[in-house]
Amino acid sequence: MNNPQAASIDLKRVKPYGDTMGDGAVQLSFSLPVPYGEEAREAARRLVAMMGLEEPQVYHMADLGEGYTWFIVYGKCTHTIDFSTIRVPKVDSTRLDFYGVNQFIREHIGRKVVVIGACTGTDAHTVGIDAIMNMKGYNGEYGLERYPEVDAYNFGSQVPNEEMLAKAMDLKADALLVSQVVTQKGVHIQNLTELVELAEAEGIRDQLLLICGGPRINHEMALELGFDAGFGPGTLAPDVASFVVHELERRMSK
Amino acid sequence: MENKLRLDEGKIVRARQAAGNIATGVDHFIGTRTTVAVERTVLRLMGVDGVDADWVPLPNVVTDHVLERGLLGKGVSTAVLNAVVQLGITPQQVAERVAVGTLDLATVPPVDKKIITAKGQEMAQMGLDRILANRQERKKRIERLGEGRKPYLYVIVATGDIYEDAIQGKSAAHQGADIVAVIRSTGQSLIDYVPYGATREGFGGTYATQENFRIMRKALDEVGEEVGRYIRLCNYCSGLCMPEIAAMGALERLDVMLNDALYGILFRDINMQRTLIDQAFSRMINGYAGIMINTGEDNYLTTADAVEAAHTVLASQFINEQFATMAGLPAEQMGLGHAFEMNPDLEDGFLLELAQAQMARQIFPNAPLKYMPPTKHMTGNIFKGHIQDALFNTIGMWTNQGVQLLGMMTEAMHTPHIHDRKLAIENARYVFNNLRHLGEEIQYKPGGRIEKRAQDVLDQSLAMLEEVEKVGLFTALERGWFADVKRGLTGGKGLSGVLEKEEGYWNPFEIELRERAGLPMREEVGSP
Repeated sequence: MNNPQAASIDLKRVKPYGDTMGDGAVQLSFSLPVPYGEEAREAARRLVAMMGLEEPQVYHMADLGEGYTWFIVYGKCTHTIDFSTIRVPKVDSTRLDFYGVNQFIREHIGRKVVVIGACTGTDAHTVGIDAIMNMKGYNGEYGLERYPEVDAYNFGSQVPNEEMLAKAMDLKADALLVSQVVTQKGVHIQNLTELVELAEAEGIRDQLLLICGGPRINHEMALELGFDAGFGPGTLAPDVASFVVHELERRMSK
Repeated sequence: MENKLRLDEGKIVRARQAAGNIATGVDHFIGTRTTVAVERTVLRLMGVDGVDADWVPLPNVVTDHVLERGLLGKGVSTAVLNAVVQLGITPQQVAERVAVGTLDLATVPPVDKKIITAKGQEMAQMGLDRILANRQERKKRIERLGEGRKPYLYVIVATGDIYEDAIQGKSAAHQGADIVAVIRSTGQSLIDYVPYGATREGFGGTYATQENFRIMRKALDEVGEEVGRYIRLCNYCSGLCMPEIAAMGALERLDVMLNDALYGILFRDINMQRTLIDQAFSRMINGYAGIMINTGEDNYLTTADAVEAAHTVLASQFINEQFATMAGLPAEQMGLGHAFEMNPDLEDGFLLELAQAQMARQIFPNAPLKYMPPTKHMTGNIFKGHIQDALFNTIGMWTNQGVQLLGMMTEAMHTPHIHDRKLAIENARYVFNNLRHLGEEIQYKPGGRIEKRAQDVLDQSLAMLEEVEKVGLFTALERGWFADVKRGLTGGKGLSGVLEKEEGYWNPFEIELRERAGLPMREEVGSP
C-alpha cells in the first residue's frame, strides 16, 4: 500500500482513476456493424453513454470496409464498486521455489510426485503446458521435468480425456494437468467438464488432483467445474508445483 | 543480392548437399509406397465429389471399397477406370454406384490394359488442364488488377463460419491485406476425410472444404475488383488429408497453401511415413498449380527455445527446400517459414532476430520467405504486443521477407476481432512504408554481433544436417532432433493408411504431373 492518497480513497466506492481521484477515466475500443460516418460516431457515443460512462468522447474512428466502423472512445465511469467486500477464492498454498518444492517433497511426501499434463480434446496449442512441464520451462523458471523429485510426463496435444485418465492410472499419477487454450464458443468448458465426469464415472476422481490452466481459466471457475485448482495466464511451474505438494501433503495427513 | 552477412558459401553448398541426400534417402522409401490420402486425391482429380447417405465423402467410400477388396496396392485408378471403361460411365457415377452398393469393383471383368492406360491419361490430362486453367486465370487477374508489394500482408480469419469469414476477409482486403488465410477448425488435421459442403460451425477456425474454398475465393475475387488488387487466398493442407486438400485448393484457385514435410509428424503426431508420402504428391500438385507453399519451421520455436534452436529452423528450411525441389516446386513458390519468437526480455534479442532473418534471406534468395510474428511471448498486454509486432515488422521490411504473417496484439487472447486485424495492417503498412529501402542502406559490421550470430547458426545447422545425413531423417525424428519432439517410425496417427505399392501400381496423375513438370519418372514397382 504505497498509494499516498490511500487514506482518502473510499474503498466502498471505488471507480477508475486516470489522473484525478474519482475521475472515472475509462478507455474503450470496439467496432460497430454500421458504415463509417457521423451517424456511426454518434451511435458509438450514445452506446458508450448507455454503458454508464459520462461525457463519452470518440477520439478516433476508422472505416473497416464492408459497412463496419472501429472506434476509440473515452468516458467517465459513473459506477462504483465496493472493494471492501470482495472475496476471491485463490490457490492459497505458500509459493515455494524450485528448491523449496523438491525439499518439501523429500521431507513431507517421501517419494516422487507423479504429474502428467497435456492439451486435451481437440486443442493443439501446447504453449501453456510446455511452459509448465518442459525441462526448459518458461521465463527463466524450469519446468516440472527438471524437478528431481517430480516424475513429469507431457503428453502434448489433442489427447482425448479417456486416454488421459488411462495414462493417469497407468502411471499412478498424483496430479493431472490440463491446458486449454482454444476457448472459442466455450469448447474448453465442455471438454473440462467431460474430464471430471469421466473421472467420477470411473471412480478415480478422489485419487487424483485435477488441475486446469489456460489464458481464460481462473481458480474460481476451475472449482465450479469440479477441478481442484485452476491457473490463469502468467502461471509458472513453481505455482503449480507448490499447490500440488501442499495439497498432497494435506490429503496424506488426513 | 550482394552478400551482406559474410556467410561461407562453401558451407551453404555443403548444407544443401546434405539436405539433398537426406531427402533422396526418404524419396527411395516413399517411392515404393502410397497412402489412402494419395488415392483419394486421384479420385478427386478425376472429378469424384459428394458424400454418401452417411455423409462419408465418396473418395473415401471408393478408396475403402477398393482397399477392402485388396486391390488398392495397384492404385485406385486401375479398379475405378476399369469400371469406367467397362460400363461406359464416369468416375463420379462409379463412386455413386459403389456408395449405394449396386457396383462391386472386384467383380467387373478386366478390360485391356492399353485401353485403361489411355483412359487414365485422358483423365489426368483433363484434371490437370483444369488446374492449369486456374493457374492461367490467376496470372491474368494479377496482370489486370496488380498485387500488393512484398512483403505481402498476410492475415488470418478464423470465425468458424465460412460466411462470416468471407465478410472478415473482404474487410481485411479493404484495410490492405494481400493474403487472407482461413484458419482450420482445431483438430481437422487429424480427421482422415475432408468434410463436405459449406460449414458454419468450427472451433478456433473453419473447416477446409471444397465448397468453403469456393465461397472464400468468390468473396476475395469480388473485393479484389473493388480494391484494384489481386487478393490471395490461403489454406492449410497439413494433416491426414494433405494431398486431397492440395488438390481441392488447386481446383478452386487457392494461391497459398501451408504444406510442410515435417509439421504433421512433430506437432500433430501423424505417422512419419504417412506424412512424407503425402507431402510429396501434395507438393507436386501445389507446384503445378502455381500455389506458393508455406512451411512450418516457425512452429519449432513454440516448443523449443528460439535462441538455442535457431539452427534447427535453418536445417529444416534446407530439407524442405530439397523435398520441394524434388516435387518440381520452383524456389519462387517456396515460402520457407521462420519466426520472430525470441524472448523480448533478452538483451540484443532484436539483433539475433535480424541475424536469423537476414541469413535466411541470403541463403534462399529466391524464396518468398514466410515470416511468422511473435506468439509465444505475447502476454495479453495488447499495448506491449503491438510494439513487439512493430519490431517484427521492422525486420520483415529490412530483410525483405516475402510473406509477413501479421501479428495481432490480441494474440494469446482470442481469434482476431475485426479491428485487431485493422491495427495489425496499419502497423505493418506504417513500418513498411517508412522503412521501405532501409535494407539497401545498411551494411552489417564485419565480425560484429549480427554477422557472428548468423555464422554460428549456419555452422550448427550444417553440423546437424551432416549428422542427419548419416543416420537418415527417420532416425533423426526418432531421436527428437527437431523441435525437441521424438516420434517413432511406426507410431502416430494414420500409419494404417500407408500401403506398399504392388507390381503394376499405377497413378496416372502422378505420371502426368511428372511429365508436365519435367520431373524424372519413378521406377516401376517390381522392375529390376
